[in-house]
Amino acid sequence: MLKRICLSLTAATLLAGVAHAADVTLLNVSYDPTRELYKAENAAFAAQWKAKTGDTVTINQSHGGSGAQSRAVIDGLDADVVTLALAYDIDAIAQKAQLLPANWQGRLPEHSTPYTSTVVFLVRKGNPWHIHDWPDLIKPGIQVITPNPKTSGGARWSYLAAWAYAERKPGGNPDKAKQFVADLYSHVPVLDSGARGSTTTFVNRGIGDVLLSWENEAYLALDQLGRDKFEIVYPSVSILAEPPVAILDKNVDRHGTRKVAEAYLQFLYSKEGQEIEAQNYYRPRDPQVAAEHAKQFPKLPLYTIDDVFGGWTKAQATHFADGGTFDQIYKPK
Amino acid sequence: MTVAYAVPRPVSRWRNPSALPGFGISMGFVLFYLSAIVLIPLAALAIRPWELGWSGFVAVITQPRTLAAFELSFGASAIAALLNTVFGFVVAWSLVRYRFPLKGLVDALVDLPFALPTAVAGIALSTLYAPNGWLGAPLAALGVKAAYTPLGVVIALTFIGLPFVVRTLQPVLSELGKEAEEASATLGASRGQTFRRVILPALAPAIVTGAALSFARAVGEYGSVIFIAGNLPMRSEIAPLLIVIKLEQFDYAGAAAIGLTMLAASFLILLALNLLQSALFAKR
Repeated sequence: MLKRICLSLTAATLLAGVAHAADVTLLNVSYDPTRELYKAENAAFAAQWKAKTGDTVTINQSHGGSGAQSRAVIDGLDADVVTLALAYDIDAIAQKAQLLPANWQGRLPEHSTPYTSTVVFLVRKGNPWHIHDWPDLIKPGIQVITPNPKTSGGARWSYLAAWAYAERKPGGNPDKAKQFVADLYSHVPVLDSGARGSTTTFVNRGIGDVLLSWENEAYLALDQLGRDKFEIVYPSVSILAEPPVAILDKNVDRHGTRKVAEAYLQFLYSKEGQEIEAQNYYRPRDPQVAAEHAKQFPKLPLYTIDDVFGGWTKAQATHFADGGTFDQIYKPK
Repeated sequence: MTVAYAVPRPVSRWRNPSALPGFGISMGFVLFYLSAIVLIPLAALAIRPWELGWSGFVAVITQPRTLAAFELSFGASAIAALLNTVFGFVVAWSLVRYRFPLKGLVDALVDLPFALPTAVAGIALSTLYAPNGWLGAPLAALGVKAAYTPLGVVIALTFIGLPFVVRTLQPVLSELGKEAEEASATLGASRGQTFRRVILPALAPAIVTGAALSFARAVGEYGSVIFIAGNLPMRSEIAPLLIVIKLEQFDYAGAAAIGLTMLAASFLILLALNLLQSALFAKR
């Protein structure tokens, strides 16, 4: 399949002069675990765009921690579209570099998030420590692996999922939630800077009893490292993680790529795009595609960031800014 | 026709007399080059933190978490430099003084920490020293945790600093010739005396330089350490990681404040070592 695309791309390049078709290049700056997803999306979109317009579109991908990627764009990385782990990182681009309007999240359906994910537990096969829900994570002797929320988008979702559980459970309140999260992080022996780093620590180094992970990353770990070694545990509640997408107006206008960039993001919402997302273990928005893959995505109550935390800007300021609740956990004793 | 003889011009106190011309152009190049490569980037670093004001600057660098990171970075670097000085000396001595099979190979191995991408070194070390690794497992059985503790930081910094000591000592050692030692021995000195009073003083400047280079490299090291450190605030978080974390939060001024403090501290330490070196050198 890939070969055929390559061939047709080569043929298209050779014929380009004859057909007067244009060559377009897009840069998609994304976060850590989406490598496999966008490789598939890009090939499919390029084929579709070719059939529709005759133009050859090449989409380059850049991956890294969501915060680091956002900073790279602010510092001048010339992206046409950004597909990051959380809205705050795109807000920062709007605020600090004014590459897109502040109301960017209302421009595409579903808060500009074509797919969602959630936070699950990855445990060793047979679940030897009987980890089934959030309170099990702070039992004596359990070691929890999760990245540093200051640098990792996925880790922020995990942190907020734990907080939401403790605040919203019967008898819960913000003080108890803070205590729960502090307890949780006292069980963390290693803070990696990104989601992939934590997966490596848990899987390859054999450290820890449970990994707090993106759902898609957990499935990927199962696929690549063996279903005979690990299993996924769904807690009683978790968080609705919404990784948003946006075009950077100033950049696409300068490149003359607005039309194709908009079509590219629209494609992520199309049946074909949603199917690819489901195959890569992201929860599709399209109800029909979601129904087809229902087995793979167990239903569980998911809190939203707006519900529990009043949106990303507020969550960021309260929890992850300097001196926020996360920093308070690591105050000297 | 008169013949002009080259009369030595009065030598300015700015330069050593040299048979070769070109003082002006070489000095000009040095100033330009150092400015472009070293001074201007560092000046940018020095300007940034003052956005916070003096009190903001002090607040950033006196946070308990920042202080803990400084302590770890400088402390672990000092330990690593000390280890490298002792064992690097032994390595350099063996390479210069003895002949043994595969000596060329061993000599080349010393440079590997230079050549290896630091991230590769970090991953290799953490694989090795993790509780399920080749070295980590026996250590764990003895109750020693290496990876993901401050000890892991020292291990990584020792690894990357070794070549600095060996490569600084090697040329000096081979210059040193055996004659002085033989003379010392014939004059009745014991082996210990020969080592302390003949060899060590001649090597002292090179030892100090090697240790200083190894230390300076270790203080700024990031890539190899973060894989093995564990990165827990207050415990195993190095100062360069704190800088990266600040950057990811768009706190450029805070990051520059920590950077500038590290730069100033390193500069003072290196300056002190240089002065110590010239003092040692002058004695001879």
